[in-house]
Amino acid sequence: MAKAKVATTSLCGCFGCHMSLLDIDERILELIELVDFDRSPINDFKEIQGPVDIGLIEGGCANEENVKVLQEFRRHCKVLISVGDCAINGGIPAMRNMVPLAECYEEAFLKGPTVVNPSGKVPDDEEIPLLLDKVYPAHEVVKMDYHLPGCPPSADTLWAALTALLTGKPVDLPYELVKYD
Amino acid sequence: MSDRRIAFTIDGRKIEARAGQTVLEAAEEAGVYVPRLCWMKGLTPAGACRVCTVRVNGRPQSACTQPAAPGMIVENDTEELRELRRDVIDMLFVEGNHFCMFCEKSGACELQALAYRFGIAAPKYPFMFPRRELDASHPDIFIDRNRCILCGRCVRASQELDGKHVFDFVGRGRDKRIAVDAEAGLGDTDCAATDRAIDACPTGSLLRKRVGFAVPVGRREFDRQPIGSDIERPAAAE
Ligand code: SF4
Ligand code: FES
Repeated sequence: MAKAKVATTSLCGCFGCHMSLLDIDERILELIELVDFDRSPINDFKEIQGPVDIGLIEGGCANEENVKVLQEFRRHCKVLISVGDCAINGGIPAMRNMVPLAECYEEAFLKGPTVVNPSGKVPDDEEIPLLLDKVYPAHEVVKMDYHLPGCPPSADTLWAALTALLTGKPVDLPYELVKYD
Repeated sequence: MSDRRIAFTIDGRKIEARAGQTVLEAAEEAGVYVPRLCWMKGLTPAGACRVCTVRVNGRPQSACTQPAAPGMIVENDTEELRELRRDVIDMLFVEGNHFCMFCEKSGACELQALAYRFGIAAPKYPFMFPRRELDASHPDIFIDRNRCILCGRCVRASQELDGKHVFDFVGRGRDKRIAVDAEAGLGDTDCAATDRAIDACPTGSLLRKRVGFAVPVGRREFDRQPIGSDIERPAAAE
């Protein structure tokens, strides 16, 4: 049987969820028996190579690039999973959602106590993705098939969900594995 | 109080209430958990959150305010009512700013515990991200209104258990918020760190300072057992 394809990405996240995936320890040897990785920070592919069975999304959408990547994943992934609180509710980055965007820029680039910015301007190079008005959970941008909450979800949670999906079983996690912190 | 028993059923199970008991209290005594949030043992029920909604002879009622009556047919744990409760909890999450990942109450929060019990992995409604005020003016207590669900437990506990009137609501609809009995904030009220009102808060909205994350993850109240499992008992054999 051909191995399943898995792709992963970190949008507006801290890579904590990816670290939690690595936390499955020696089970990673079992995992690579079951899957091949498509685009992922683990192999550093920048584009999705082909059809993907399972896409893991860490982080919400804070800028236009996040939205494009998420849409690319949705196009290519049969099953798309929000991994972690940032993908599910915006997480820590969404703390800026209560502050108007102009004020965020001002604080970060002009008036903040640690700012050194002789130009006195907000950077606007076209290489820098434009920020969205606020940070959006993944499921408010595209359809997500599963949600694995946690900051980060534990290695056991990720392992249980992945192995269930890879072996065609329902993703029915026990009480201890679904937590918001 | 008379000791005449009031017989009724919940999901077909026979329950006997004492006169004066509500459906929620009689159910609890019989080992049936009716999910609740604004209700707290020892406080006047407020019927505010609707998490305890049951059907009484077919009509939706809040179990925490509904007096038990003979012959009532109560539905509690049905798919329809679980769905309704899930929706209420969902809405409470999206209309506030509940950052569980850094909240000291996480693991012991009744709102979060209900979401766990109902298997909510993500809310189905869009987040509102409202702007809410913090009050850190008291030396020993703070109010983080981002986490307030307007249950009114602090309002009632302050009056009924502490003999004070520290908290009350101001505003209406989406502008409704918890307020304190002093212009300058909580620090100017007679609220004390020992007040029962602080413990009455089901979320992390009212907390004592310098306590932080005292209980390790894994040993907190709802880490291993769903909320309500201390109440639930199988029906006695007849
Ligand atoms: S502060 Fe706490 S107890 Fe008071 S109304 Fe808000 S959530 Fe309820
Ligand atoms: S517990 Fe009954 S309405 Fe809130």
